[in-house]
Amino acid sequence: MIQVENLNKRYGGVLAINNLSFGVDRGEVVGFLGPNGAGKSTTMRILTGYLPATSGRASIAGFDVFEQSLQARRRLGYLPENTPLYTDMRVGEYLRYRARLKGVPSSKVRVRVGDVLELCNLRDRERSLISSLSKGYRQRVGLADALVHDPDLLILDEPTIGLDPNQIRQVRELIKNLASKRTVLISTHILSEVEIMCSRVIIIHRGEIRASDTAENLLSSHRAVGSMRVEAKVGNDSAAELLAQVGGVKAVESEVDGDYTVFTLRLDADADPSEAVMRLAVERKWAVRELTRRRATLEDVFVELTHPAT
Amino acid sequence: MKTFLTLLGREVKSYFYSPIAYVVMFYFLLVAGFNFYIGVEFLNRGPTEITVVEMAFNTVPFWWAYVLIFPLITMRTYAEEYRMGTFETLTTAPVEDWMVVLGKFSGAFIFYCILWAPTFLHFAIFQLITGQLAANASGAYWGSYLLLGLMGMFFTAIGCLASAMTRDQINAAVISFSFITIWFFFGLMPDIWNITDPDKREFFTYLAALQHMADFSRGLIDSRRIVWYVSMTGLVLFATLQVFQYRKWKA
Repeated sequence: MIQVENLNKRYGGVLAINNLSFGVDRGEVVGFLGPNGAGKSTTMRILTGYLPATSGRASIAGFDVFEQSLQARRRLGYLPENTPLYTDMRVGEYLRYRARLKGVPSSKVRVRVGDVLELCNLRDRERSLISSLSKGYRQRVGLADALVHDPDLLILDEPTIGLDPNQIRQVRELIKNLASKRTVLISTHILSEVEIMCSRVIIIHRGEIRASDTAENLLSSHRAVGSMRVEAKVGNDSAAELLAQVGGVKAVESEVDGDYTVFTLRLDADADPSEAVMRLAVERKWAVRELTRRRATLEDVFVELTHPAT
Repeated sequence: MKTFLTLLGREVKSYFYSPIAYVVMFYFLLVAGFNFYIGVEFLNRGPTEITVVEMAFNTVPFWWAYVLIFPLITMRTYAEEYRMGTFETLTTAPVEDWMVVLGKFSGAFIFYCILWAPTFLHFAIFQLITGQLAANASGAYWGSYLLLGLMGMFFTAIGCLASAMTRDQINAAVISFSFITIWFFFGLMPDIWNITDPDKREFFTYLAALQHMADFSRGLIDSRRIVWYVSMTGLVLFATLQVFQYRKWKA
């Protein structure tokens, strides 16, 4: 559905995307992750024909996004970041306008708009002015707009940003429902969302792809890159330094909590230093209150792959 | 064609969504009415060869009001889309760029024509009350309104171009206002520079909006002016398309 080959984008002297190549198959729901400024929005904007690439190729459903922009654009629904809308229009009116603009035949406009209003739970707001809607409703109007011409591919740039937890849940449910029939490329910062919704994850950092796999595979390949939490009464020992010397421990952070100190140990790949830590505690006569090894989450993988130092 | 009409419909309607349309219409009717009153009062002073139509389109208040309406009508066209971010949803819809440019221009031009419609009433009422003809021949009407249409096309196109160049409406208004004002009053330059050579004066007459207005409101319809305004409008629209695409790719 999406084919990207050696895509580059330069803004002035700054390289926003560096030799990006990936593909998305029909029916996949792909999470596009990366820190702010990693090049997510830029990539999405190139795919939607809003920006030209400096070099490289990208195609949607076999149509080059630059050479055959119109055909490519007909096949995709796009929700840009921050959901720009004509706030002076009413919801139904806006969606009818967008449907006609995107080439929905006049006889079908009413039906299509009715369908997306239903799908996005906007029936009761059809006559509301967009300017009077809350952020969550506007997001749904934006989604309804992206869907109104029944595209094969949806490109959603941070659809849940700025929403409260209930709204996020609603939008997430909505996207999950859509995904059954369509290909979706979605960028987000909320990693739990990705684990729930996406069949595959692409992590990009500084314009380059760092990982592209299912969330499960990413986790298993980074399983041990987790952390360990140790809470102990350590007296006057410089415990952080001692813990840092234990094999498999990469870094130690500590925080005082009353008599106790809470240590967070970041671990090397495949390391399990729990026994060594326990031995150390016994040796130094620390009173241990808690010792837990935490499995890596997608967040750990994300941090690992996009850490500023790497 | 359907896409173009959809865009055009949204453009024309967008004037009436906001209070701007009503404020501009009020302002314009007020000034046009004031201007008409001055014209009639002037004619009341004694016998003259000037008709009320000629008078109404060649007074100082008319000129002022006229150059000011274009920035008011056009400043939002593109600047507002850039500012709101809707430029992105507009240009990622399957729509050709030239359609957007033509749709925005046509929308603004239609609103401009709507502004002028009530002024027909001025002359109708004048004839009804005084029992005199507002113009000596119907050519003066058609000439005046035809030129208003032609000049309106050109100046609306300039206003759209100015709006396409900036994301700030005020900037857009200032750019188009200064350009249109200079253009409109450029016809006075031969007198200011004391140019007497008829060929050189002809050059200024060819460009100058003021002289065109004086001729057309007497019913002197000159095809050279028609060609001039239509081709200049085309040129400015073409420039607008270039700016539009440049901004799209630079964004």
